[in-house]
Amino acid sequence: MSGQSLFARLEPLLPRVRRPVQYVGGEGNSIVKPWDAAVVRWALMYPDAYEVGLPNQGLQILYEILNEQPDVLAERTYSVWPDLEALLREHGVAQFTVDGHRAVRDFDVLGVSFSTELGYTNLLTALDLAGIPLQAERRGEADPLVVAGGHAAFNPEPIAGFVDAVVLGDGEQAVLGITDVIRGWKAAGAPGGRTELLARLARRRLVYVPAFYDVTYRPDGRIQAVTVNRDDVPTRPSKHTLSDLDAWPYPKAPLVPLAETVHERLSVEIFRGCTRGCRFCQAGMITRPVRERNIETVGAMIETGLRATGFSEVGLLSLSSADHTEIGEIATGLADRYENEKISLSLPSTRVDAFNVTLANEFSRNGRRSGLTFAPEGGSERLRKVINKMVSAEDLVRTVSTAYAHGWRQVKLYFMCGLPTETDQDVLEIADLAREVIRAGRRASGHRDIRCTVSIGGFVPKPHTPFQWVGQASHEVTDARLKLLRDTVRADKEIAHAVGFRYHDGRPGIIEGLLARGDRRVGAVIERVWCEGGRFDGWSEHFSFERWESACAAELEPLGVGLDWFTTRERDEREVLAWDHLDAGLDRDWLWADWQEALRGTELDDCRWTPCYDCGVCPTMGTDTQIGPTGRSLLPVVSVSAGTPVVAAAGVSVDGVDGVDIEAAPGGVEDRPAAGSRLRPAAVSSGTPA
Amino acid sequence: MARRPEGPPPPPVVQRVRLRFAKRGRLRFLSHRDVARTFERGLRRAAVPMAYSAGFSPHPRISWVGAAPTGAASEAEYVELALAVEVEPAQLQADLDAALPPGLDVVGAVVAEGTGLAERIDASRWVVRLPGVAEPELRGAVTELLRHEVVEVERATKDGRRRFDVRAAIVLAVCRAGNDTCAILELVVRHTTPAVRPDDVLTALGVVAGLRPSVPPEPTRLEQGRLRDDGTLADPLAPDRNDAGRLAGRSSA
Repeated sequence: MSGQSLFARLEPLLPRVRRPVQYVGGEGNSIVKPWDAAVVRWALMYPDAYEVGLPNQGLQILYEILNEQPDVLAERTYSVWPDLEALLREHGVAQFTVDGHRAVRDFDVLGVSFSTELGYTNLLTALDLAGIPLQAERRGEADPLVVAGGHAAFNPEPIAGFVDAVVLGDGEQAVLGITDVIRGWKAAGAPGGRTELLARLARRRLVYVPAFYDVTYRPDGRIQAVTVNRDDVPTRPSKHTLSDLDAWPYPKAPLVPLAETVHERLSVEIFRGCTRGCRFCQAGMITRPVRERNIETVGAMIETGLRATGFSEVGLLSLSSADHTEIGEIATGLADRYENEKISLSLPSTRVDAFNVTLANEFSRNGRRSGLTFAPEGGSERLRKVINKMVSAEDLVRTVSTAYAHGWRQVKLYFMCGLPTETDQDVLEIADLAREVIRAGRRASGHRDIRCTVSIGGFVPKPHTPFQWVGQASHEVTDARLKLLRDTVRADKEIAHAVGFRYHDGRPGIIEGLLARGDRRVGAVIERVWCEGGRFDGWSEHFSFERWESACAAELEPLGVGLDWFTTRERDEREVLAWDHLDAGLDRDWLWADWQEALRGTELDDCRWTPCYDCGVCPTMGTDTQIGPTGRSLLPVVSVSAGTPVVAAAGVSVDGVDGVDIEAAPGGVEDRPAAGSRLRPAAVSSGTPA
Repeated sequence: MARRPEGPPPPPVVQRVRLRFAKRGRLRFLSHRDVARTFERGLRRAAVPMAYSAGFSPHPRISWVGAAPTGAASEAEYVELALAVEVEPAQLQADLDAALPPGLDVVGAVVAEGTGLAERIDASRWVVRLPGVAEPELRGAVTELLRHEVVEVERATKDGRRRFDVRAAIVLAVCRAGNDTCAILELVVRHTTPAVRPDDVLTALGVVAGLRPSVPPEPTRLEQGRLRDDGTLADPLAPDRNDAGRLAGRSSA
């Protein structure tokens, strides 16, 4: 019978796996609705381990919005670790949701949120465990619609064969729109089967249905054309943009995990989008324009969220939180309000300026000042111009001096390696910056015991950015430059012991690059890797470069393309890119022009404070930058009412906040900028321990 | 110069409340750390006026006594809370229980009096359900185990793999038939270091008699307390209740 709990069959398996608590559900604010009372049922998946997936804001937002609808039910499912996977197979137990422990296959929709491409093999595990055919074309009327969303889904072509539909952009209104269409189609007796349902969704511009588009290739392996094969669906599906974040204050009652997860705090998104224009940053390009939540909503969400969860830490989430027009007032207001409640506050502080230190000081009035993080991203001034990260060495030294003078004991600096036009010299200048930072710290603090951690990720070119055409640096080049840098730092007696060095092996970045800019031919590689045991590719202990390399050789080389062809090869302006038919709002000519500006080392200002430079987003999407200041204050506290159903929006919208790993600096929490092009920090570290 | 936290030191402890709580159903899979985190959040949601430690990262002052292992249910876990404001224990119990997830249930609360809680606990009574094991099979294995003076088992502890004796800690082991396909083992176990847990006893049954249940057994701790000569356990909160009763009697006199 549909919708029955599998828990009785799962339970005896749990004592035999690591950390069974991650599979039992029962989190604070989780919801289990009666199966039969729901007309449309969603299983929402984050295709990674529970500890990573549970805090994901995008999934929590959609979970709450859907469950607020009286006739809709949404439950969550996450990737099971290989120990449980083996037991599920042995005992014939299917992929289950953690809320009602229901079989995923019983739901109408399986919505999967991809923050990173390295989750693709985990999608296949879940489909297979669920008993859903891997290939969309083999699915029948009893199978759920498999819908992908999230930042990685902005080029869903490598997984086009495995998904029925894709949502581009913000998910809030999109899931309600999809729900409406499914409700209507079911009420009408499911006319035309799943093909008609997909067509209805596509016609309403809710989703991109890969099966409705054909791809042809040229003899040299490049794409000839992507052509729509029905006349009733858009030739160019486009992204959803939520235009009033204050009207959508989700999550109102965030999930409180019983198991330990990677982020143990109340996250409140203070704005969405970023127009700093960092050319490497996919998140900053595809989430435009900037839409702020106003100070009142932020204050109310924090107050309501704290009462609903009991969390003792608040993180203000966005792509560059210090850029909120009222961040100073927010910081002071929160510090005042929660001073006596032992609530710690944190903020991603990726911008290199003294104001950021002031904010961090405010957020740690009575807390420990351990680490502050800044992300110059490029080692040399020249390279920072190429990537449009407008920070000078002087800015950095001034900023870290301020930080050390205010009692911060450690500074972390994030850089990328393998950036376009990069030379050995650019990377070696990271050592010079680190030396300047250490010297400045010693001067400002008056003692020698100063530490600086340099953390370096490999750059991965991403779709819908000005760097979508570049040839990715090979892992050999990246690894050689990082070794050179490490040796240089170690040989420098003045700083060798003060600088901690963390970097990643370059090889996972190459596979991320393959999946990020791959086309439909890469699907066969993913499936082969999965068949050969590929799981949890974002985790260094599970990732196997050799497995990917041999799968590429087997599946791509017969087609005249290969791993290098997709990654290290530079594309020219006219080449049809696999994602060109998907509209993220950005004007292709503007992206190309910005790429040319990058090569000339020309910087570009932020359009929040300077005239529009025609990236294309606002006119095509009918949106506008929404920023303050509003002049309002955190007070009075107006609680966000929990549980009020939102009226189903007619139409549109999409997956929200990705799980970007933005973390706050004060309180010693590590801070990661939200570049779409970083490897997850799980991987390798080396050198002096931080 | 090192920064110091600004402002006055945290308010002093004015009251200590001891709680008995249960870990039930699927929440038995919580580890001790999971229980501790969930409690801290529950205390915040219930607005319990906790006393905090001093320093840059103040922590609520919570003293845990032992902890049932991950996977084991319990009807008798104990914790002591240090409070900055006096409260009515029954009210605290109700508020906190409402703020904790179902399955972590506060079943008793008293104001601490006299000796420390840890001094009042030196043994546990467990009941272990063994689905798939017939009672005679279990009885044979237990009889065999009790005939030995020493039975060593090995287990990974936080200090690495350790080998230790199980037999000496067993005060009592009684078998019952739950039904045809599920035997029940009742144990009274003295608290030793490392603690002998029900799974260690089951490992020992495997060592001496080859008992290896195909389905994971389900242990539940029923009681903790000081072991009496007759093998029963004294309720560790009884002295607090009695003291409170005496004090109440005195003030009303």
